Amino acid sequence: MATRGFFGKQRDPALEARIPPGQALTEDFPVLSAGPTPRVETSSWKFTLKVGPRAVKAWTWDEFHALPQTKLTRDIHCVTTWSKLDTHWQGVMVDDLLGDAGIEPPTGFTLAHSYDGYSTNVPTPDLVGGKAMVATIYDGLPLTPDHGGPARLLVPHLYFWKSAKWVNALQFTERDELGFWELRGYHAYGDPWREQRYTGDP
Amino acid sequence: MTPTTPLLWQTATLERVVPQTARVSSFFFRLSQPFRHVAGQHVDVRLTAPDGYVAQRGYSIGSGPESEPGVIELCIEELEGGEVSPFFHEVAKPGDEIELRGPLGGHFIWTEPMGGPVLLIAGGSGVVPLMAMARHRAALGSQVPMALLYSARVWDELIFREELLQLHGARNGFDLVLTLTRDAEKREGARGRRIDSAMVMEAIDQFPEPPKLVYLCGSNAFVAAASDAVIAAGIAETAIRTERYGG
Ligand SMILES: Cc1cc2nc3c(=O)[nH]c(=O)nc-3n(C[C@H](O)[C@H](O)[C@H](O)COP(=O)(O)OP(=O)(O)OC[C@H]3O[C@@H](n4cnc5c(N)ncnc54)[C@H](O)[C@@H]3O)c2cc1C
Repeated sequence: MATRGFFGKQRDPALEARIPPGQALTEDFPVLSAGPTPRVETSSWKFTLKVGPRAVKAWTWDEFHALPQTKLTRDIHCVTTWSKLDTHWQGVMVDDLLGDAGIEPPTGFTLAHSYDGYSTNVPTPDLVGGKAMVATIYDGLPLTPDHGGPARLLVPHLYFWKSAKWVNALQFTERDELGFWELRGYHAYGDPWREQRYTGDP
Repeated sequence: MTPTTPLLWQTATLERVVPQTARVSSFFFRLSQPFRHVAGQHVDVRLTAPDGYVAQRGYSIGSGPESEPGVIELCIEELEGGEVSPFFHEVAKPGDEIELRGPLGGHFIWTEPMGGPVLLIAGGSGVVPLMAMARHRAALGSQVPMALLYSARVWDELIFREELLQLHGARNGFDLVLTLTRDAEKREGARGRRIDSAMVMEAIDQFPEPPKLVYLCGSNAFVAAASDAVIAAGIAETAIRTERYGG
């Protein structure tokens, strides 16, 4: 249904192929979160890999930085309809976390947990094979608390709420367990190219 | 929530436009598929250009669930150079149809059984979903203590001003604390500075116990500053729910 009198902003055809349906480009870096921004000191920061309830490996801030550091440049898409192109990140690939822990992906599903108590679910295949990292640097600078610092998950090919802010654990689960946002109306998978914004979207 | 039914797009007809301030108007839409929302929820609006291009934005529902069956009130601030908000202010006319879907959002919501006391904190157009909560409480005749701490730049930019003053004046457990960050004039009853912990404590002064739920809504910068003030006032972080409009 065309909306009477609506033409939309001037669009750059060169960029259009990179912008999923219903999204608009932004130069800002919008923030979506359910509560206040937690302040996490790097001196007490810890990141844990879990299989079910069992912790298999944990890293302090310094130990985490001794792991291979990788740079990624990716487009990101927030469910509130913002997209931002060519964002620059640095951190540790989930592949390298698994490698350092000496394990293969143990199950097909993962819950990412955060310092603020929230969680989000991501299928394990979407986290490995060079697809995702735990990022600590954005645009050359330490990630600020507002944007999830000291560390956030980065799963850029899914809507950005999947890139859990203030992340402190990845937990492999036997079944696909819904996270905080997914239990409150957001889509279980969240592919921006299929516009999987809300529960029940195909 | 029914996990498998998709929320479908529906057409809604713009019935009337009511100016609230110089840059903000209420847009009343009649739904072709009426729904009942929960106070705090939003809809996604979608506008389609002749070439098929689609722009989509979220807008909070300002009306209370009891306000007017089949009609929702969206309250939209015109952002200069914006793609969607100027369309509503400059192009849309009563009788026009747009597409929307909802109600959306399962976290930034308040129902009476969730209880209180409830502290609402709004910056600018962030008052919209909180207005729905205040209206819901009033419609139910609820006894749950509720306070709204509302920050705007100047007196004439206070959205829903008269209705809020009335709710406050009824003295039935709804308190309004206003603050104006750029008003040159001194306004009766309004503070004149940014929200700080002292102001938060003043707002909850009438509560019999600390707030069980705190809802913060506005621009990202506003929400960040206001949640710092709430935490500095000694309120548990876990009580705080936020909605950020971007910007
Ligand atoms: C859940 C939710 C509920 C919302 N409810 C309301 C509501 O009730 N009323 C309302 O007016 N808006 C609301 N918004 C914001 C709304 O969705 C749009 O972002 C807003 O109308 C701007 O859209 P636009 O197309 O006019 O501007 P765009 O073309 O999208 O943006 C123009 C420029 O303005 C910046 N910008 C975006 N938002 C703001 C802002 N709030 N302040 C300053 N700069 C900004 C952008 O970064 C961009 O650079 C809500 C947003 C969300 C996520």
